[in-house]
Amino acid sequence: MILHGIDYAILVVYFAFVLGIGAALKRFMKTSLDFFESGRSLAAWITGLAFISANLGAQEVIGMAASGAKYGIMTSHFYWVGAIPAMIFVGVFMMPFYYGSRAHSVPEYLRLRFDEKTRALNAISFAIMTLFSSGISMYVMGRLFQLLLGWDINVSIVASAAVVLVYILLGGLTSSIYNEVVQFFLIVFGFLPLAFIGLGAAGGWTGLQTRLSTVATDAGFASGAWTQSWQHMGTPQANPMGVEWFGMAMGLGFVLSFGYWCTDFLVIQRAMAAKSMNAARRTPVLAAIPKMFFPFIVILPGMLAIALLPAGAFVFNGKTDYNMAMPLMLQKFYPPGLLGLGLTALLASFMSGMAGNVTAFNTVWTYDIYKAYIRPNAKDADYMRMGKLATVFGTLASIATAYVAMMFGNIMDLLQLVFSFINAPLFATFLLGMFWARTSAHGAFWGLISGTSAAAVHYALTSVGPAAASTTLHIYPSDMAQNFWGAIWAWSSCFVVTILVSLLTKARNPADLKGLVYSLTPRITEEGVPWYRRPAVLALVVGVLTIGLNIYFW
Amino acid sequence: MTLDLRLPLGLLFAVLGLLLALYGLVSDAAIYQVSSGVNVNLWTGAAMFVFGALMLIGVKLGSRRAD
Repeated sequence: MILHGIDYAILVVYFAFVLGIGAALKRFMKTSLDFFESGRSLAAWITGLAFISANLGAQEVIGMAASGAKYGIMTSHFYWVGAIPAMIFVGVFMMPFYYGSRAHSVPEYLRLRFDEKTRALNAISFAIMTLFSSGISMYVMGRLFQLLLGWDINVSIVASAAVVLVYILLGGLTSSIYNEVVQFFLIVFGFLPLAFIGLGAAGGWTGLQTRLSTVATDAGFASGAWTQSWQHMGTPQANPMGVEWFGMAMGLGFVLSFGYWCTDFLVIQRAMAAKSMNAARRTPVLAAIPKMFFPFIVILPGMLAIALLPAGAFVFNGKTDYNMAMPLMLQKFYPPGLLGLGLTALLASFMSGMAGNVTAFNTVWTYDIYKAYIRPNAKDADYMRMGKLATVFGTLASIATAYVAMMFGNIMDLLQLVFSFINAPLFATFLLGMFWARTSAHGAFWGLISGTSAAAVHYALTSVGPAAASTTLHIYPSDMAQNFWGAIWAWSSCFVVTILVSLLTKARNPADLKGLVYSLTPRITEEGVPWYRRPAVLALVVGVLTIGLNIYFW
Repeated sequence: MTLDLRLPLGLLFAVLGLLLALYGLVSDAAIYQVSSGVNVNLWTGAAMFVFGALMLIGVKLGSRRAD
């Protein structure tokens, strides 16, 4: 792929703005509240777009297109079964406790609701997970630009990390959120034309269906396996993902997605920066509206890639790599100019994915580890300085994990694996913690431990494909199936153990749980709020539209 | 009090849109063979410029209301 002057010009303009936003925000960063929480002052549309963009890093743009090529439209389950219902749920039901408790972070909510050890467990595992996500995102970027443009992978990683570091140091969370919103629009303008041009070249949706039916039958599946999202999910053998409907709906839809969107501080932090309770609750619900249509921007190009490009296009150094689906499509259909925009959008998504992780990390480190255990009663300026130091450390650690990530293959599956160990049990803890006042601190802590252990044990005792060890109890048809079922086991184990231990240990005094538990918190009144600003009404509209999309692509 | 996001957002897209649209006008039609003959630079650039301009108009109207 060769870049022209115009492409470089677009890249340069973008970088100038990214750093410019940081510089312009510097004078507003007066207290730690500004730096870590944007002063709780942002409008719902801004936090909403940041809510989805923070997650729109390597995993989504490259990974979803790769899955679109590999599995077809079934990939949309990550949105229409996974993300959207979870986003609606967190906005309507959980945000009142996150925002209302005035906690600075998700781990801090756990301390208020349970105790120190539960918070420490969550804070530390989250900090590690965040640095890994950030490192993976950098590695993917470096390798991509190496393959596409011949840029040195070390230079790409270090240079992009340096830019991210500078704009977070200057503008804190606000800088990160603003750049996420900029990135959202870059992705839309940069990739939407690809869907249109590609669909035109394939002969429209019907033309694409015809081409993909050949792909499906060649792979040994029914002809609609790539273009029908639910029809081939009766058995794992009937679809390319190797998952049946129950594992999909429960493992991905209920456990993993709710575990991620409802408890991951990376996204929740965006909503907590909103200017009011109403804005915080609308954040994930408003975010769900563009999210619902993202499959057309990120999955469709992958499906078009497998339909339009020759089979050999995905083979690099003798190995098939679907992660190149999106870049190959850009190369095939974009002229100079738009190509620069597309690559800028890709670069932006990688950088803001990294920035999101680093800002979440510096907050959790400063509030939940440093302030909690190292220096509890320091001056505000001290926490601000620690936040900046943590930003530097987080960036350096991300670079280190980027090199660790080079040793692993499929990014998507690795991420799912990490999430299933840590995030899957979490949703059980929050669900019980927020909606069952009897849940005790010991119950929550041992529930989490048992959930994560269950995931690890499940992973150790099962395998994928024919190569089974003597200890293997079950063989799954695919990595996905193994991950989804591991998540189901982890969640169930956490749920049951939390209840049992809670019943055996002392309950908290109900007076201490006001604002933290559903039954002990006064209902939010919405009198005088117009319908289009009511989270529940918006959630209903989004829910109906999502069901419609599932039925249309059934 | 913080920086109105619509200002940098509007500026960036107005500038990028203008850049892309102008390039679309002056570039050789042959480069659009890859995109089925459609001058995608001109169209995408124009759309981005309109979006950027709308954001900037929003800043203008918003600041008048807030003061």
